[in-house]
Amino acid sequence: MKKEFTPRITSFLCKWCSYTGADLAGTARLQYPTSIIPIQVMCSSRVDPVFLIKAFLSGSDGVLIGGCHPGDCHYETGNYHARRRFAIVMGVFDSLGLESQRLKLSWISASEGPKFARVANEYTEEIMALGENPTRKSIFL
Amino acid sequence: MSSIIIDTSASRGVTELLRFLLESGKIDAAITMRNDPENNTYDLGLITDASNLDEAVPLIPVMTVNAGQALSSISISRKKIAVVLKPCELRAFVELVKREKGSLENLLTISYTCGGVFPLDTVITEQIEELLPKYKKIILNGEIPVNTRDTCRTCEHFIPMNADITVSVIGECKPGAGCVMYLNTEKAEDFAEDFAGERSDRKFDPSALKKTLDARLAEKEKLFASITKDGPGLDRLLDTFGKCVGCHGCSSVCPICYCLLCDFESANFDYNLPYFEEHLSRKGALRLPPDTIFFHLGRLTHMSFSCVGCGMCSDVCPVDIPVAAVFKKTGEKTAALFDYLPGRDVEESIPVMVYKEEEFPDIG
Repeated sequence: MKKEFTPRITSFLCKWCSYTGADLAGTARLQYPTSIIPIQVMCSSRVDPVFLIKAFLSGSDGVLIGGCHPGDCHYETGNYHARRRFAIVMGVFDSLGLESQRLKLSWISASEGPKFARVANEYTEEIMALGENPTRKSIFL
Repeated sequence: MSSIIIDTSASRGVTELLRFLLESGKIDAAITMRNDPENNTYDLGLITDASNLDEAVPLIPVMTVNAGQALSSISISRKKIAVVLKPCELRAFVELVKREKGSLENLLTISYTCGGVFPLDTVITEQIEELLPKYKKIILNGEIPVNTRDTCRTCEHFIPMNADITVSVIGECKPGAGCVMYLNTEKAEDFAEDFAGERSDRKFDPSALKKTLDARLAEKEKLFASITKDGPGLDRLLDTFGKCVGCHGCSSVCPICYCLLCDFESANFDYNLPYFEEHLSRKGALRLPPDTIFFHLGRLTHMSFSCVGCGMCSDVCPVDIPVAAVFKKTGEKTAALFDYLPGRDVEESIPVMVYKEEEFPDIG
């Protein structure tokens, strides 16, 4: 029997908004897939572009950054910087022809438990459609 | 702003200007390319004694080190220094100034319309002096010498930006027309005061270089198409960077890669047994040294938007990876996200240091 593909989505979640949003989704008993592997960061701007690339090259099927909505950053401007860096990584991926759909940034506030569950579900479905990340099998990375 | 016309070759004219500046005490040091006649090698020289200018070849199409990078620590001294740079070196230096790794304050920057440089391979294996007559003929004609660096052949920014003095080398500078120097700033006027030569109010006319620009743009399209010819994706990435031996030469000669402790050379990349065990448990095999492709992708995201396309990285690569071409192509894309052009304006902030509240509506 063929084993069903379960994506692995490395998720960098900001402590103040998205991680708390994920917590809320949990306490509200909202269902979302186990594909999300959360990593708490102090701010979405803590996510250096190389974190995304390392996760991608190590075989993550998707990489998600969750941060506060623009204007709501706990450190006031962190997420604006995160957005610029993310745009650069996307630009590099597009330029090299890598699958930029495997990277995603989403603004999820601490009160948006349902949004977290929705993003987790939708993104998992998107990644399922894309299939396994070819970097999982490639040993030369 | 005025210009100076001297009845001599462009190279000689610049050397004489440096000599005048040193001898009159207007500058403490000059930085220019030099030819060591004994060993027939070229290098970038930092000169304080004017007699050493006899060996200066300021406009030689050779780049042994990106002068912008070399200037970085020298420029923060209080000494007045005149420096002859290629346009991309000046842009690289401006990028460093933005990163507080240099200062324009005490510098007199002299740059020129650049015809491109020979790869270091050519410099080592061939006699540059013998190549020069043909090279000059080609660039004066607005064409592209085939034996120059690929990034030079495809460079559209061959007219200096922000130089105090612009020297005409390609385009309008016909043999026998003399050396034409355009004084672009008040600083340049001050320094060049009392210097010999005929003054005129002739303005620099970029339209004379239209033919060169068109030829370079056409060449650029070809180069960019060639680095993606086998289709995009992971395979192509492996194909391009798979040969990498992990020497980090490309980043050490890169003027923009300025971090004193590069992440990729930090303890984060000290591979220990748990790293190997973890990796092998997932994949069952590992390429050594690890993370060579990761290194290039990391560099692309960290600084490609500031890449000036000088081509040093490709030149020093021991396994001939077209690093510079990939960086130039990707860099143009990442810089365009922010309407940024590296080295255009020292007041223009690096894209990752600033932000706009309303931008990238598709993200998030």
